[in-house]
Amino acid sequence: MSLSPDDVKRIARLARIEIDDSQALASQSQLNTIFDLIATMQAVDTQGIAPMAHAQEVYQRLRADSVTETDHHAAFQAIAPAVENGLYLVPKVIE
Amino acid sequence: MKWETVIGLEVHTQLATQSKIFSGSSTAFGASPNTQASAVDIALPGVLPVLNKGAVECAIKFALAIGATLNRINVFDRKNYFYPDLPKGYQISQLAKPIVEGGVLTFLVPSTGSGQPEERVINLTRAHMEEDAGKSLHEDFQGVTGIDLNRAGTPLLEIVSEPEMRSSAEAVAYARALHTLVTWIGICDGNMQEGSFRVDANVSVRPVGQAEFGTRREIKNLNSFRFLQQAIDYEVRWQIETLEDGGRIEQATVLFDPDTGETRMMRSKEDAHDYRYFPDPDLLPVKLDEDWIESVRAALPELPAAMQLRFQNDFGVSAYDAGLLTGSRALAEYFEAAARACGQGKLVANWVMGELSATLNKAELDIMQSPVSSRQLGALVARIQDGTLSGKLAKQVFEGLWEGAGEVDAIIEARGLKQMSDSGELEKIIDDVLAANQKSVEEFRSGKEKAFNALIGQVMKASKGKANPAQVNDLLKAKLQ
Amino acid sequence: MSDASLSALAAQLVAKQVSSRELAQQYLDRITALNPSLNAFITVDADKTLTEAAAADALIAAGKAGPLTGVPIAHKDIFCTDGWLTTCGSKMLHNFIAPYDAHVIQRFKAAGMPSLGKTNMDEFAMGSSNETSYFGAVKNPWNTAYVPGGSSGGAAACVAARMAPAATGTDTGGSIRQPAALCGITGLKPTYGLVSRFGMIAFASSLDQAGPMAPSAEDCALLLNVMTGFDPNDSTSLEREKEDYTRDLGKPLTGLRVGLPREFFAEGLNNEVAASVEAAVAELKKLGATTVEISLANSKLAIPVYYVLAPAEASSNLSRFDGVRYGYRAPDYANLDDMYCKTRAQGFGAEVKRRIMIGAYVLSHGYYDAYYLQAQKIRRLIANDFTEAFKTCDVILGPTAPGTAFKLGEKSEDPVEMYLNDLYTIPANLAGLPGMSLPCGFDRQGLPIGLQLVGNYFSEAKMLNVAHQYQRATDWHARAPEGLK
Repeated sequence: MSLSPDDVKRIARLARIEIDDSQALASQSQLNTIFDLIATMQAVDTQGIAPMAHAQEVYQRLRADSVTETDHHAAFQAIAPAVENGLYLVPKVIE
Repeated sequence: MKWETVIGLEVHTQLATQSKIFSGSSTAFGASPNTQASAVDIALPGVLPVLNKGAVECAIKFALAIGATLNRINVFDRKNYFYPDLPKGYQISQLAKPIVEGGVLTFLVPSTGSGQPEERVINLTRAHMEEDAGKSLHEDFQGVTGIDLNRAGTPLLEIVSEPEMRSSAEAVAYARALHTLVTWIGICDGNMQEGSFRVDANVSVRPVGQAEFGTRREIKNLNSFRFLQQAIDYEVRWQIETLEDGGRIEQATVLFDPDTGETRMMRSKEDAHDYRYFPDPDLLPVKLDEDWIESVRAALPELPAAMQLRFQNDFGVSAYDAGLLTGSRALAEYFEAAARACGQGKLVANWVMGELSATLNKAELDIMQSPVSSRQLGALVARIQDGTLSGKLAKQVFEGLWEGAGEVDAIIEARGLKQMSDSGELEKIIDDVLAANQKSVEEFRSGKEKAFNALIGQVMKASKGKANPAQVNDLLKAKLQ
Repeated sequence: MSDASLSALAAQLVAKQVSSRELAQQYLDRITALNPSLNAFITVDADKTLTEAAAADALIAAGKAGPLTGVPIAHKDIFCTDGWLTTCGSKMLHNFIAPYDAHVIQRFKAAGMPSLGKTNMDEFAMGSSNETSYFGAVKNPWNTAYVPGGSSGGAAACVAARMAPAATGTDTGGSIRQPAALCGITGLKPTYGLVSRFGMIAFASSLDQAGPMAPSAEDCALLLNVMTGFDPNDSTSLEREKEDYTRDLGKPLTGLRVGLPREFFAEGLNNEVAASVEAAVAELKKLGATTVEISLANSKLAIPVYYVLAPAEASSNLSRFDGVRYGYRAPDYANLDDMYCKTRAQGFGAEVKRRIMIGAYVLSHGYYDAYYLQAQKIRRLIANDFTEAFKTCDVILGPTAPGTAFKLGEKSEDPVEMYLNDLYTIPANLAGLPGMSLPCGFDRQGLPIGLQLVGNYFSEAKMLNVAHQYQRATDWHARAPEGLK
């Protein structure tokens, strides 16, 4: 398989990364060499093999339901690009 | 052409935990912006989620309450999309292996005409745990949106029904029954104004008799039963008109505007997200062990359906009344306590659904805030039963109880509201009334039945309402023979 | 400059032959002298370092010193460090002063080990040469025309150049072991789950693991004692009893069964590297070990599997960098969506964007089963190969990387060529097994060669034992680059 420049633009769009036509074209060839490498795993017969998501066969530990956090918004917002009245500011969201 | 409506609901219930689903932040409503948003909630680089046991327990309770399958191993996935109120750029949810699958909800749909309410059984598809997003505040700033992440990470149980509802009334009845249930078992505070119970409705129409579903549109985020009804009604009308005008329905997500009463397009299928779900590598599969499930089961309260049956058997109330009395767990418990206190279930039911409910409504109070306790209402009904009070006098005593004037017997005593039991005293009053109302007496004797009622009224008035109406009736009849 | 081991430094501190402040100052001076040419550190803050050192001195004076109290250490800039710039090698975080400490940082602080600063790295740990850092490439101290390896290239270079006695690193596909090999030091990636990932900026969550980097295996054992342990803030952190990783260092290797995977000695391996590794095998045999040939047949698929799984996880992990709450935000944009797209286009470098796009693609609608799910299944086949292998051997041995350090710029235009560098290291990450690299020689150009050990789950003490015994018999690890300016 190989990606078209349109595929590249579509995934850049999904990933919210601005990309122009020439960049899409450049990325396309590099991505295709990588996907050629990846394609080697397609031939492997994996019928009946359970996917492995984690290194250890362990289960989720559960935290007791209690409030352990305190207010740090001043410290957190000291490093924010834009804040006002305790809110993070972004360009107008249109629904 | 005749059309059939098809509705499925997805309900987001905020779970009534102290802390968030993946962090130790408080879930309390109404705090100053971002003061309840921890490093995990604002998705600082490097932070990791740890699952709240309380949230899982809520999901277990729900599954047990609707007779659903609990997936002993369930898995959290990431749902990837960009939005400023979604700090990680993905929502932790459950897609392939949700904690709850199946189950049913049984409820009564009030009839539209004068007929009996109808029972409906709706199948649930699934319910899964996920985290809530933050809030985007559009109003306060010019050209910008403010982001408050206090709500981000609040645990949700998203409850998905099969598309089995056929009218807005049915959808509302389902939503109400679900609301009753989740508050009943204590997994959700049910506060719709604060967004604790939010409904998405998938609506489509099809010609009656057609097997395939029509194309659905999803109405997002309805936070009142009234809006749910209005939005579905509008949407159904719109879809039918569109189809009858030769148009086509495109799959879409729409918003309901309560001001106009209309739905409007939010996004079409074309710009639907590609969420790129995959199992969250920061979280391990959740395992539910049998001991835990059994201990949750043992601690579950009696459920509305079981209680309705018991009320019918124990207290002789009708199925419909039993349904109303179990409208909330607090109401049901109030009723049962009052009924047990006096042994008069039917009478108590009338009082609870009549005078008490009306007075509470007028005062905008709920049952838990009632100034009249269940014990007091029981005592009041007991005094009606033993003949101490007439219905009318009882209402006066009820007023006293409402005002906090003391206990039932004390109010009767202090206000002199005891029903007259001394027939000598009553006879004297009747004699006086007859003497003073000769005209009515003659009219009665000449065959005017109405005059009799006027005389009863006069006697009751003269007794200041304390006469026993039945006794007045008997004595008056005897004297006029 | 001091070539003293960590235990020797700790002994000098406790004996008051040197104070922690003096020791820290010596290293800071060397950093000042060498960093302009090596670029191993992104952030150095002498005041903070010396304040921490003074606190360590107070602990020592009060008789409350732990085994490494007062010994300074450098931290990879992937660990959030309260009050320190924490960039992860990216423009995206060029201004990010972390408001909290990573678990690993907390542990080193609790151990009384002052931080010498934050080391350079490939951007978001994506790279094998340290050339993807927004803060410029790190140079290999053995020859500054060459790369130090990556992604923990700054950590490896600073330890090799003796700018720090030890450093922390992280390893997702070889990012501790490969730079350790290319810089001639010892580095260990523990069993997945032994070291908390909390506060370590995520690349690929199911593979990332932090570990120690230092001249010797003995140093690594002491550092591992500090780093490992259960952390309730990381759901993948394992609840296990605390181990002393130095406990088996002195054991003889008699009867040790060393597994040699034939796939690791096949085509693609540089001859000089092969010769050095074979010499090391001979050395271990002299020490009492026996060898057994094993097969890790599916390991040839490790790279394709890795380049599906790691980018998939990364594409999601890096979504939080959106210019809203911290870090870089593009200066000009038309609307919210444009702000996202420009911020991420400008804030991320080419390799990071490439991997995000690979990840977004393999998870996107219609491709998940063919890529992501298939990769997870082969991941299991790879792990199963190791399970089989450990039935016949105690530790697996092979080269860490197919070659020695390459020239700066030599592979940076060819991602696939670069990815092949991690051919031998990735399988251990996929299986979650511990792996380490230790120096075993030099090539003709005087560049270090690394030997890799892969152990069974939780067998770090055994691996350290093997490495330590080897290092007692050889002096490769003790050599340091000369003539650095």
